[in-house]
Amino acid sequence: MKDEISREERVDNLKGMGCSRKRVEDARFTQGKGNYVDDVKLDGMLFGDFVRSPYAHANIKSINTEAALKVPGVLAVLTAADLEPLGLHWMPTLAGDKQMVLADGKVLFQGQEVAYVVAEDRYAAADGIEAVEVEYEELQVLVNPFEALKSDVILRPDTVDENGKAVDGAHGPRNHPNHIFTWEAGDKDPTEEVIANADVVAEEEMYYHRTHPCPLETCGCVASMDKVNGKLTLWGTFQAPHAIRTIVSLISGIEEHNIRVISPDIGGGFGNKVGAYPGYVCSVVASIVTGKPVKWIEDRMDNLMTTAFARDYWMKGKISATPEGKITGLHCHVTADHGGFDACADPTKFPAGFMNICTGSYDIPTAYLAVDGVYTNKAPGGVSYRCSFRVTEAVYFIERMIEVLAIKLDMDAAELRRINFIKKEQFPYKAALGWEYDSGDYHTAWDKALKAVDYDGLRAEQAQRVEDFKAGKTRKLMGVGLSFFTEIVGAGPVKNCDILGLGMFDSCEIRIHPTGSAIARLGTISQGQGHATTFAQILATEIGLSADSITIEEGDTDTAPYGLGTYGSRSTPVAGAATAMAGRKIRAKAQMIAAYLLEVHDNDVEFDVDRFVVKGAPERFKTMKEIAFAAYNQAIPGIEPGLEAVSYYDPPNMTYPFGAYVCVMDIDVDTGVTEIRRFYALDDCGTRINPMVIEGQVHGGLTEALAVALGQEIAYDDMGNVKTGTLMDFFLPTAWEVPNYETDYTVTPSPHHPIGAKGVGESPHVGGVPCFSNAVQDAFRAFGNTHTNMPHDHWRIWKTANELGLHD
Amino acid sequence: MSNKKHIKLNVNGKEEEFLAEPRELLIYTLRERLNITGPHIGCETSHCGACTVTINGKSIKSCTMYTVQAEGKDVTTIEGIGGPDDLHPLQEAFKEHHGLQCGYCTPGMITRATKLLEENPNPTEEEIRFGMAGNICRCTGYQNIVKSIQAAATEMNAAKEAAE
Repeated sequence: MKDEISREERVDNLKGMGCSRKRVEDARFTQGKGNYVDDVKLDGMLFGDFVRSPYAHANIKSINTEAALKVPGVLAVLTAADLEPLGLHWMPTLAGDKQMVLADGKVLFQGQEVAYVVAEDRYAAADGIEAVEVEYEELQVLVNPFEALKSDVILRPDTVDENGKAVDGAHGPRNHPNHIFTWEAGDKDPTEEVIANADVVAEEEMYYHRTHPCPLETCGCVASMDKVNGKLTLWGTFQAPHAIRTIVSLISGIEEHNIRVISPDIGGGFGNKVGAYPGYVCSVVASIVTGKPVKWIEDRMDNLMTTAFARDYWMKGKISATPEGKITGLHCHVTADHGGFDACADPTKFPAGFMNICTGSYDIPTAYLAVDGVYTNKAPGGVSYRCSFRVTEAVYFIERMIEVLAIKLDMDAAELRRINFIKKEQFPYKAALGWEYDSGDYHTAWDKALKAVDYDGLRAEQAQRVEDFKAGKTRKLMGVGLSFFTEIVGAGPVKNCDILGLGMFDSCEIRIHPTGSAIARLGTISQGQGHATTFAQILATEIGLSADSITIEEGDTDTAPYGLGTYGSRSTPVAGAATAMAGRKIRAKAQMIAAYLLEVHDNDVEFDVDRFVVKGAPERFKTMKEIAFAAYNQAIPGIEPGLEAVSYYDPPNMTYPFGAYVCVMDIDVDTGVTEIRRFYALDDCGTRINPMVIEGQVHGGLTEALAVALGQEIAYDDMGNVKTGTLMDFFLPTAWEVPNYETDYTVTPSPHHPIGAKGVGESPHVGGVPCFSNAVQDAFRAFGNTHTNMPHDHWRIWKTANELGLHD
Repeated sequence: MSNKKHIKLNVNGKEEEFLAEPRELLIYTLRERLNITGPHIGCETSHCGACTVTINGKSIKSCTMYTVQAEGKDVTTIEGIGGPDDLHPLQEAFKEHHGLQCGYCTPGMITRATKLLEENPNPTEEEIRFGMAGNICRCTGYQNIVKSIQAAATEMNAAKEAAE
């Protein structure tokens, strides 16, 4: 057989790894034909919505649903009393705590779910909510975790013994009724000794404020109990559909095979849609009670006030160094505000997530971390907002500590980083707080970044600007923000990573059809990342069929293999690895079929792009399409018909993407207005699957970083009222506030990942927040600023300038 | 209910007639009554633009407009802008330039962009950013949305020139 096209063309036709393949998802989205949960419509479907507490801390004296039940269109009102006989008035959280599904005698945060009204439509549900009468008795509100740890007010009577003493929690002893856990990593005494005897020590306290992932689509679900067949179908905005199925089974008692969970298109997740929320439980119960499908969709206030806050870490750091700037020790203490219930979404053994990556990209010989979790009268959550389990907090901490140390040493912060980076030859590198970094080449990335922005030129310009400012020639200061981050993603190895006992492996199942196209199903679920596009590219390269001939399907637990879902940048590191491994199983069988067809020994054929060729005789080959057909129409001795494979991949380690970011910012001292003049982002995510998609992820992650650093927060007043409950007050940047970003890359493949990929979706957020913040702080360094807390909105920046005497 | 109003409006070229309460919001009418689910709900306070439609030539956020206010008017949603056989250049451009990720803002974004380019067929980047500031995207950082709109403008102007 004669080859018609060149090898290069054959590679191009595959649309495999490394090309900027256009997204297959976009046809339906651009035509308004996405299928999100609120688009799900079933016959006779009802709508459920919550009566929510206006108070942050109160006893519930009574709930009267009589008037509500008379409202036209209202069918039922559920309260804790209705759920209690089913044992569903409380539910387990992902963090080993439990959470009220509906208020059981008291409320612990504003917006807490008190009753669930089921009605014929949204308007009737709203009318019903108005008519539910709840009598509250207000209690003292604790919104500050330090005060909570000193207070006599016991927020969670269910967590103390008869003497009011805290009983042990899921993560060990508790030292106060409002204390949740203490979690430690590293060596306390040696670290304290190193710091006590160090030549140079820099200390800083910083508050990483509470914020929210706020995807454009809020959380929601449709529960449909088919009483005839005993099957429950649950559509919803689930970032982890299989885990939700298991949780629903465990708490409802419905056998898991009778539950089908479907994540349809999801309008952004960013961590918001990992957890299990009262709305899901109530909708399931309501469907069982009414025998009809029940839909629940949060409105924006519900979303911002109740489901899934992020951050809220009070961090205290000490960093020691030699006079030359070599870091010798790092000490970090965190007071973590978890709100009324500990519902953090972290692997079980990590109540503070991977905060112990806080030694960052630096070779720090001695370190210690302690985190204290605290109950307050704020919403529960503690999700990883576009990051892998508190990595954003960790990277912010170390990247601020480096800047503070540079000030103490009177050193350039870029140089301080350079002399402390873990060196290329030190990988795999065992960090003082326990992680083994798989790979990295930090110096190369840093040099490339600094050269790209003409770092020395920027510093010279900045120095001139300070002179001009002092001489009264300008009222604008210039900040050069630096950050170098190492992420830890791809959770994770089953030996130390699980959620509710479910190991954090992931999976892929492939079926090749007779005519040489395929379907692959994964345990993950895209929320905009473009899995249907990129996973097909991995497979195309692995199995030699065009990505255009491969359908990727996720999110239906009846068809997809079990997996732990998409968050913490785990899809490519874990499910992407499973995809490659399943593809290799296909290829191994295809090799045997090819050898049979070519009448040679298995070892005499080799894979080449889209075919197996006889070694040394490239004109003799069988394409993968031919092999696929043969798998279905030939009786091959010793080989089963068909061409399918499944892989469950347990990663041997995390992956450690890294990057070097530089932000150049002008700040108007009199208005506090910031202008981002330039933002350069170099990312090393290992092997690059689709550069277009990577770039899009970087743009988006940086924009969410900009938001968090420059204005986005969930703020409370002293009474526990949420002050930022709508998009009027909660900052989401528009096209007007966002700059153009310059993206760049280096490639340091992960040595343990089948294709060397590391994950990229969250890196820009993790590295971006400290970069924007450092730019603001750097602008004021010449005037004596060491640290100010985020978010750096115009008012706070103006205040900083004012406090530094720049308005005098 | 007795206070229902008789409403007639034209949606994507089709006459619709029904009874609705005065409090019914246009987004609800579109999505629940007429099964036009392209426009989405993101904030219910006019901030995010996921519900953007065109009414009598103006970009309108349908989550904060009562249906009775649309009485007798022409409403265009993403479904009326282009379908599988007649994609609008903006729909093509968003696909081509990775102007979307999760897709939730996209119908409102493209609907708004059609009006922007009608109002200003040759917008600068600054004019695009300003003109699109009523539509929030949480995924893309806007850079590729701007690029998509620029590309569509170029394409549409070239087509117009060729037609003249």
